[in-house]
Amino acid sequence: MDFLLRVWRQKDAASPGKFVEYEAKGIPAQASFLEMLDLVNQRLEEQGEEPIHFEHDCREGICGCCGLTIDGQPHGPGARRGVTTCQLYLRDFRDGQTITVEPFRATAFPVLRDLIVDRSAFDRILIAGGYISVNTGGAPDANAIPVPKERAEEAMDSAACIGCGACVASCRNASAMLFVGAKVSHLGLLPQGQPEREKRVLAMVQAMDREGFGHCTNEGECEAKCPKKISVSNIARLNREYLRARFLAWWNGGAKTEPKGSG
Amino acid sequence: MKLDARIPIGPLAEKWDRGRAEMKLVNPANRRKYTVIVVGTGLAGASAAAALGEQGYQVLAFCFQDTARRAHSIAAQGGINAAKNYQNDGDSIQRLFYDTIKGGDFRAREANVYRLAQVSVQIIDHCVALGVPFAREYGGVLANRSFGGAQVSRTFYARGQTGQQLLLGAYSAMLRQVAAGRVKLFSRHEMLDLVVANGAARGIVVRDLVSGEIESFAADAVCLATGGYSNVFYLSTNAKGCNVTAIWRAYKRGAAMANPCFTQIHPTCIPQAGEHQSKLTLMSESLRNDGRVWVPVRPGDTRRPEQIPEAERDYYLERLYPAFGNLVPRDVASRAAKRQCDEGRGVGPGGRGVYLDFRDAIRRDGRASVEARYGNLFDIYREITGEDAYRTAMRIYPAPHYTMGGLWVDYHLMSTIPGLFVLGEANFSDHGANRLGASALMQGLADGFFILPYTLGHYLATSRLDRVDTTHPEFAEVRRDAERRIARLLAPKGRRTADSFHRELGLLMWNRCGMSRSEKGLTELLQKIPALREEFWKTVVVTGGAERMNQSLERAGRVADFLEFAELMALDALTRRESCGGHFREEFQTADGEALRDDQRFAHVAAWGYTGEDRAPERSLEPIEFETLHLDQRNYK
Repeated sequence: MDFLLRVWRQKDAASPGKFVEYEAKGIPAQASFLEMLDLVNQRLEEQGEEPIHFEHDCREGICGCCGLTIDGQPHGPGARRGVTTCQLYLRDFRDGQTITVEPFRATAFPVLRDLIVDRSAFDRILIAGGYISVNTGGAPDANAIPVPKERAEEAMDSAACIGCGACVASCRNASAMLFVGAKVSHLGLLPQGQPEREKRVLAMVQAMDREGFGHCTNEGECEAKCPKKISVSNIARLNREYLRARFLAWWNGGAKTEPKGSG
Repeated sequence: MKLDARIPIGPLAEKWDRGRAEMKLVNPANRRKYTVIVVGTGLAGASAAAALGEQGYQVLAFCFQDTARRAHSIAAQGGINAAKNYQNDGDSIQRLFYDTIKGGDFRAREANVYRLAQVSVQIIDHCVALGVPFAREYGGVLANRSFGGAQVSRTFYARGQTGQQLLLGAYSAMLRQVAAGRVKLFSRHEMLDLVVANGAARGIVVRDLVSGEIESFAADAVCLATGGYSNVFYLSTNAKGCNVTAIWRAYKRGAAMANPCFTQIHPTCIPQAGEHQSKLTLMSESLRNDGRVWVPVRPGDTRRPEQIPEAERDYYLERLYPAFGNLVPRDVASRAAKRQCDEGRGVGPGGRGVYLDFRDAIRRDGRASVEARYGNLFDIYREITGEDAYRTAMRIYPAPHYTMGGLWVDYHLMSTIPGLFVLGEANFSDHGANRLGASALMQGLADGFFILPYTLGHYLATSRLDRVDTTHPEFAEVRRDAERRIARLLAPKGRRTADSFHRELGLLMWNRCGMSRSEKGLTELLQKIPALREEFWKTVVVTGGAERMNQSLERAGRVADFLEFAELMALDALTRRESCGGHFREEFQTADGEALRDDQRFAHVAAWGYTGEDRAPERSLEPIEFETLHLDQRNYK
């Protein structure tokens, strides 16, 4: 198959970027989208040119590394059926098609090079409270606290997030609320997560705001583009949990625990 | 080289308790004075960093990915074993221990494996406490499934994403220590070399993959949790970034490499579709719980699988191994598949595939039930092949998946370099010549959460460590080596990409050091690898410079190390003149084609020591002795 690729090239975070066109000719039809980029890169390198930098690792849709905006859509045309960029095959494209490839675009995800962005903001949000504070060694027997199957499944639905950032890239406000909502839901649904339930949501929302992500205006693009089909109901739960935590903080007179500057 | 495994004395079941009781401790107030480097943030690395941080050590954690959560443990699908006996089906620590030793074809160290079975129980407790959403029954208790090589259900799972959920658990525990100021994370940093000063591991040299800068970090101990080397075959189920560099550099600084020829070829992977292919995708072994493996009886049968009547199907695993059926260990299942294909009964393009069929499971339990158990795997299969496995049989073929070999460690997980600890897949210790399914996750978390925190403390408490920081001359020396190496990679300005060398190496290894090996093939391999390596250094093209992010340079550095490591792997395979587990030498097999061990001559660990460039490595032996088990030919019939 033949394609014309318009690819975002940018030397580093400080340099301006631009689109550069590449002809991708004679690509085997069974190849994946990233394997097409591999072939283009191989030809570039053979001519002594620097390859198109893009992030990828597991190539089976679970590590969350890969994330390209293809023809304006995070993870390209496969996202709506729940696949990441690396699971995208050329059967999703027409022979001779022009394909535009860009990095994920968001203020909180600065471009590092070509198609690679810095998503460390996600780490920092989780560092603020995306965990259960339990030291190694003293846990009770795993079956000591029964968890209803439906609840465990619901927690798993939220925990399935791979942290790729497509939710942010697809949102007109570059909001990270689906990502944060998924973690708040996962831990908040489980009995083990209850002791830190309020503290967690307040701290994570505060960290999210600090990173420069926008707010949610209920467009639902994030769910549509999420390769793991994380539901926007996680955002509803995040709002509810946040409101509940703020209320409890006020009710208990704990102005000390109330974060500043959060909406 | 002297190999002292430092196994505690006493009966097997008491060794770990006794050993722990005798280990020296570091006073809680003094722990903050110690710095520990952890390289790799998969299950072993993240859990080690978390547990050490909890104890109060200063931890520096490194990974080459953009965030620690991407480490390849994330891709493990099926589950994690633990001897909980929640199913009341006869499981026990003793049975998990025995299954693991037997599965490893009696080439693993008894004391390590027993300890692994013991702490497996704590792992599940801790992971539940961390919020890992394991699958549950309607009553709210944890669910289990069966895995290969076992006749009990002891595998805990979170859909087909167990590795992901466990890693996110360990990663979250580590992040909590980042918040507490005890763990510092360095993502997008790749370890280039190990610094050994005054006879002990004291630091690492890394490259910041964004700025390109070479940096040095000093510590009181270094832990490598950098995974396995399956990518020596180029095509494997490993992530593209998985590499041998960290352990290979440590080997060249004096750490012994044990049993590098013990590699695992996983039986259930999606067959290769073409030349362009960049990696192979695993379909969890758990599929063999309900899927039946078969090939057409008649060679060259080109009918669609659903058109082949029952009488013309050969369910060869059920026929050959009636006791374990489709759940024989991975090495046995892989070789059986290869044999069917070698006999011309393989299916799909090129005849390299066998069927994994869910027809009967769907008839018996209904599609919804199969979907609930394996839905995401069926989705993966459809995305890659365009086929619907609910309607037609899956095609599978074995692929490189895991490496049992790795750096030699003693019972304390310490390598032959004092202060260098090796965890998880990067070490060699627990799986012998073949790993059972759902045991890698168990070992990674056992090493990191429950073993290293004790043994590392003992090392620090009993060692007299001089003050060493990055101004020590050894750091400057190692750093210069790393810079010279990068300059050498950038120099040739040839015409051939590192990836293309990697593909050629991978094919050489797969054909001669893959599922079956022979003296002739391995001897050829030992001539071909140095020739390929020479060509690499003459004609490789690495574009761009070292002063900024450069994936061309990153790839080339990893391939250069694979080209060196491959030779040691082939040498080890040639020297081990027996078949055991995943190491199948064609010259050594039983009449019906099973692996034929030679316990007289090869019941040992072969640990290779580096002796210098262009010099033969030194081979040292650690005998494998069994106190409680007797060596048996594995029988899954």
